[in-house]
Amino acid sequence: MAKVTVSQKQCTVNPLKMSQPIGAALAFMGVEGAMPLLHGSQGCTSFGLVLFVRHFREAIPMQTTAMSEVATVLGGFDNVEQAILNIASRAKPGFIGICTTGVAEIKGDDLNGFLKLIRANYPELGHIALVDVSTPDFEGAFQDGWAAAVTRMVEELVDAPTLEMRLSRRVNILPGCHLTPGDIDELRDIFEAFSLDPFFLPDLSGSLDGHVPAEFTPTTLGGISLEQIRKMGSACWTVAIGEQMRGAAITLEHRTGVPYKLFDRLTGLGANDELMSFLSRISGVPVPRKYRRLRSQLVDAMLDGHFYFGGKKVAVAAEPDLLAAIAHWLHEMGCEIQAAVSTTGSPALEHIPAKEVVIGDLEDFESRARGADLMITHSHGRQAAERLGIPFFRIGIPVFDRLGAGHQVTVGYRGTRDLIFTVGNLLMANGHEPTPETWLPPPQDASRLVSLHIPS
Amino acid sequence: MSDLRAQLQQVFNEPDCATNQAKPARERKKGCSQLLAPGAAAGGCAFDGAKIALQPITDVVHLVHGPIACEGNSWDGRGSKSSTSQLYRTSFTTDMTHQDIVFGGEKHLYKAIKEAVEKYNPAAVFVYQTCVPAMIGDDVEAVCKAADSKLGKPVIPVNVPGFVGSKNLGNKLAGEALLDYVIGTEEPEETTPYDINIIGEYNLSGELWQVKPLLDELGIRILACISGDAKYHEVARSHRARAAMMVCSKAMINVARKMEERFGIPFFEGSFYGIGDMSDSLRRIAQLLVDRGAPTELLDRTELVIEREEARAWQRIAPFKPRLLGKRVLLFTGGVKSWSVVAALQEAGLVLTGTSVKKSTPGDKERIKELMKDDAHMFDDLKPREMYKMLKEAKADIMLSGGRTQFVALKAKMPWLDINQERHHAYAGYEGMVALVSEIDKALSNPIWEQIRRPAPWENAAMDDELAIHIA
Repeated sequence: MAKVTVSQKQCTVNPLKMSQPIGAALAFMGVEGAMPLLHGSQGCTSFGLVLFVRHFREAIPMQTTAMSEVATVLGGFDNVEQAILNIASRAKPGFIGICTTGVAEIKGDDLNGFLKLIRANYPELGHIALVDVSTPDFEGAFQDGWAAAVTRMVEELVDAPTLEMRLSRRVNILPGCHLTPGDIDELRDIFEAFSLDPFFLPDLSGSLDGHVPAEFTPTTLGGISLEQIRKMGSACWTVAIGEQMRGAAITLEHRTGVPYKLFDRLTGLGANDELMSFLSRISGVPVPRKYRRLRSQLVDAMLDGHFYFGGKKVAVAAEPDLLAAIAHWLHEMGCEIQAAVSTTGSPALEHIPAKEVVIGDLEDFESRARGADLMITHSHGRQAAERLGIPFFRIGIPVFDRLGAGHQVTVGYRGTRDLIFTVGNLLMANGHEPTPETWLPPPQDASRLVSLHIPS
Repeated sequence: MSDLRAQLQQVFNEPDCATNQAKPARERKKGCSQLLAPGAAAGGCAFDGAKIALQPITDVVHLVHGPIACEGNSWDGRGSKSSTSQLYRTSFTTDMTHQDIVFGGEKHLYKAIKEAVEKYNPAAVFVYQTCVPAMIGDDVEAVCKAADSKLGKPVIPVNVPGFVGSKNLGNKLAGEALLDYVIGTEEPEETTPYDINIIGEYNLSGELWQVKPLLDELGIRILACISGDAKYHEVARSHRARAAMMVCSKAMINVARKMEERFGIPFFEGSFYGIGDMSDSLRRIAQLLVDRGAPTELLDRTELVIEREEARAWQRIAPFKPRLLGKRVLLFTGGVKSWSVVAALQEAGLVLTGTSVKKSTPGDKERIKELMKDDAHMFDDLKPREMYKMLKEAKADIMLSGGRTQFVALKAKMPWLDINQERHHAYAGYEGMVALVSEIDKALSNPIWEQIRRPAPWENAAMDDELAIHIA
């Protein structure tokens, strides 16, 4: 439906996009006992680390191979080796996920080969799982890095199928990076209500949900265990959420024969009806009473809320799958998508209910958002919203100037219901109060007056 | 790259850096070129450091030549404040793609500079070189030179690919860029005998504004602050100042020293943190100006202001004393240089129970020993795990540190206060010390601590017994 265009500017102003390696690093953080490692300059890691600390308000495990000028010329094998040895002795992780960066890719370091060599040289590190992923900074965006890391974990960590019986209650879930720890908790409740046993890869709800652990740990505080990842081949279904996860779902299917079902989003009534039907069908459990009630509450929220959404012009900027989820939902509430801006190419973009989707930056967003009733993007949109004087709803990563980013829930009947309330309240609070001047006829200049009086 | 090499060597050998001079001769040669340990490193790269040092210049375009990571992952993260232009908060990058890598990014960079100049009409453009374009050989100096002459705006190359070193090094390289391309390129409309530069102050959380009113009152003009709340032209004209203060962090010592060499501007190293240090700084500014020919009555007026402000500050800190008496503080900062912060904490009744000495010189350590008496601990390299254990065992009542260790404290259910550069409160000058003591009091006296340290009901054995009775 939408025409997808790429901004032709030479100078990106106020980036919407973030880079692949930190998207991949976040995916690795959904694994228990993990330490993501960026193979690049130490700034590559420290920027990502600070970004996640500000967003999640949690300690973030992330390390760097600290490439020096000399190493970028001679190659980074020693740095990767040193980094793995140091991490193994200091942080004692069960898993190290290693992402390349622009620096490593340009040098042409064969990271996969490095790891094979390190494996051979250090049998004592055998208990640590190592997964590498190619994530050049100069291609793609955050979402692509996340997706690539999940695919690589499937390739490297999931056991190839054995004759083991499939477990009829086990379901794999591959959430896109637009799902928060809160979203994953919500989905776990839903799946378990159908007596299903869900494995989330990655599972940020265990690691970045902001809990207070009993002990200090320098790696992730929780997440899916390596043991669980190995057993993903025993599931009867894989549910992928967001178009970005299609690749990982297909890889998992090829590797284990587990069929997959892709939901391009789980925000909105229709999308969740589809999920409920699917879960009921695969589990043989009728939709539980709780979710029948929640559906009814969502329907009521739509009734109450639609007055404030109908006809409103909204500008949204987000990564493709988040943009798709939010734009479709707004469209279903009666809004017009005045502007849609995204970061990277995706099949999801052309279906977005807008005339045009621009792959661009927040300057493109700002220029297209003029006159909108609401702007939606991550915290970096705050300056634009302030300049335009338009109400602003924060979603995505990073949200650094509000609390609770990790617990913002937009999936399920309940998530959609609460999203209607939050966004509806913003629209309601910013309704325009009438003044005596509101309905003044437009000023007319003399020439126009004359032309009105002269019959043509 | 050879120019950059030479510049690095020179920056490393900084003769005026007291930290460096305090080291044994062999280590001194290495300067601050600390080797970064892969897998055990913390902190930013040279580009990060340069951006921190220059981004506070408000009316210019800061254009980052690199892939999206360098700017896209990091922008709008620094709290330096501006009294006028907000342009410095707008983010500019070439967002290099695969195509640039193959064909070279120089033309792209030139067009980006042109676009930014045409759209935003900045006073100047600072172009930051990053790792990827450095590796493919983009010559930013040449592009900037061409853009400068064609576009009629100063376009300043800042050659700081991240892999050359740490954040601290980046600060210094940023200073070199100012020395090479900005400072002394314009003349001020007028000068006074009361003109000073403040070097190495970034106006984080508006801290410069906690100091400036007192300078204003004394008739002392900040010709340029490098770089907090600075305008480009102020920095370009800063070589006409009569004296300079280099704010304690040694990040920009090269700027202060070379301005002394080139323009005869004497400087001293001072701090705005702590009541004593603030007073000393005012005194030394006044003295330097008088040495350079300002009327001596400035000294007397300065003393009057100091006397008045010190009294006012102590008076406002006094009420906290009964509340804070005997509370134990763990202080973790890069290197405790602001001794008068410690003095102020002690004056408010707090007891310093431990501090990090990782970046301190032997002289610093002696001074810590004196200040902290016998029972205090000095930690060379406290691992987060050990820090957590200490806090968990309640060997302190509050920790003051940077954001990096924030969650070590909070997860141990320990009050914590941010005293590093990401902090949201301003702690400079007399006002700042009162604010710091007040923030410590707020943190310590918050009612959440008592609540969150209570065990959950199911951790309470008595309740289990009670339940057991009911069930039975």
